[in-house]
Amino acid sequence: MTEDIGAPLLEVKGLGKRFGGFVALEDIDLTIAKGERLGLIGPNGSGKSTLVNCLCGTLHNETGTVTFAGRPLNGLIAHERTHLGLARSFQLPKPFHSMNLVDNLRIPLLYTVNARPHHHLTDAAIAERCAELLKDVGLADKARRRPRDLTQVEMRKLELARAVATEPTLLFADESMAGLSHSEIEEILAVLMRLNEHGITIVLIEHIMSAVMSFSTRLAVLVAGHKIADGPPQEAIRNPEVERAYLGE
Amino acid sequence: MRAPAFWLCIVVVGAAFIVLSRTFLTNEYFYFAGYVVLQYIVLSTAWNILGGYTGYTNFGTGAFFASGAYCSVVLHKLPGLVHSAFGLTIVPIPLPVMIVAGGIISGAMGLGTGYLTLRLRGVFFAIATLAFTIVVQTLIVNWDFVGGSRGIYIIRPPNAPLGGGYIQYLFTWMTILTVVSVGIARSIEGSRLGLGFASIRDDELAAEASGVPTLRLKLIATTLSGALMGMAGAPLPYYVTYLDPTSSFNLAYAVNAVAMPVIGGMTSWIGPVIGAILLGTIQQVATVTISSALNLLIVGLLLIFFVIIAPNGLVGLVQSWRRQREA
Repeated sequence: MTEDIGAPLLEVKGLGKRFGGFVALEDIDLTIAKGERLGLIGPNGSGKSTLVNCLCGTLHNETGTVTFAGRPLNGLIAHERTHLGLARSFQLPKPFHSMNLVDNLRIPLLYTVNARPHHHLTDAAIAERCAELLKDVGLADKARRRPRDLTQVEMRKLELARAVATEPTLLFADESMAGLSHSEIEEILAVLMRLNEHGITIVLIEHIMSAVMSFSTRLAVLVAGHKIADGPPQEAIRNPEVERAYLGE
Repeated sequence: MRAPAFWLCIVVVGAAFIVLSRTFLTNEYFYFAGYVVLQYIVLSTAWNILGGYTGYTNFGTGAFFASGAYCSVVLHKLPGLVHSAFGLTIVPIPLPVMIVAGGIISGAMGLGTGYLTLRLRGVFFAIATLAFTIVVQTLIVNWDFVGGSRGIYIIRPPNAPLGGGYIQYLFTWMTILTVVSVGIARSIEGSRLGLGFASIRDDELAAEASGVPTLRLKLIATTLSGALMGMAGAPLPYYVTYLDPTSSFNLAYAVNAVAMPVIGGMTSWIGPVIGAILLGTIQQVATVTISSALNLLIVGLLLIFFVIIAPNGLVGLVQSWRRQREA
């Protein structure tokens, strides 16, 4: 899908979000091209997750417009955006804890993939796709287990697999690596890279700089609700404002 | 077992139950007591569609149940009202029509409650449904046409269709309602809808992110649950023959409808059925042998016991026992 790089997939213009008197995001402009791997970084509380929540419809932004694949998203609620091809993983994994791993993945297949026009997966096709998704993230042998039997890294893989099951064109991975060891980070990065090779545009929200730097083709930096830098990773982190935000005066 | 086979199965069981009881049991008391147990199977199964499958605790069973009953009162009085107002004579409205009407009224009320789930979750939703019961009860208390606070006497029709006494006729309808509600609950359980309900119960944000239209599904759950409760309430005026707000909106209905699925097990259709048969029978026996006031004490004690010892109910106990034996 490399030839598609460049066409805008998501366009955010003047997005703003307040919580009472607190301005969480102000005047955010962001364009994401098809096939990109965008790293979204910023100190704690800078508004990264709030931005993802606004884009995915979990929160409602007061100002600004969001256009996805040429379609305005304003007014659409979360599941409608998922149907259009926007998927996300949650910062704290939110598995469906009463179901086994297969049923966890059947939900997006039944409710998103099958809800799209001209798609109808049969029960057999759904079972096959679930097995495939679990195999992709290395959880095939735990298909019949419940999420409580999983380790942290497995839980995050399940979270990714469930997002990928919606067959998205754009995936937000919200801190999928926090608290993981070096080798576990490599595992998750490999999964994300594979997804990107299959044509999924990925926005990686992350604190672990080595992971962001090796993964991203572009970097956007949020500080206190404002976007202060946007560009190639090496340039972005050398930006004096970014240095000030991370290292102090 | 697939859903159509299960439907066939319970219809056969229900029909056999009706025929056998009519053939062998002549004691009217059996029908009086059995009716109550069946009514609780319907109520607890209906409660479980919202409470167990979808995860929203409803303490307003009394409101939906009594609304079904009062809807029947209105329909019962309608021919008389039409006659005195317009001089027209219309035939008395048959019980099945009342059951459907009760279902529609309480289903509509359920739909309204469903919109509460937009803003209220967990304990706040439970409190809202409790308050809702009081609001509806207050309306009925102040509505003179249906008897107001002093209640209303309902004269049963002189002859029951299908032969036998009128109590047998009521018992037959409650059996049919039991079959319908258990069939619906079982069909939901393994279906796409059931999986969607479970995703809402587990995590609503994650469900939305996976593409589940959570509001629509919650509205389906509240409407269905409310409608079944209203249908269970519709024959009540003919069963008690004297209906008043204090007894028909009794908190005991809400408590029982919560306690039975909790004790039986909330994750499966069989849980509320077991819980209702067990608790309903114990209560009937206690009413006759010990005292009628002791009913709720037994329910309360059993509820505390199960919440502490077996939070997943009897079904959960059996499942974990099976798992241990396999391991």
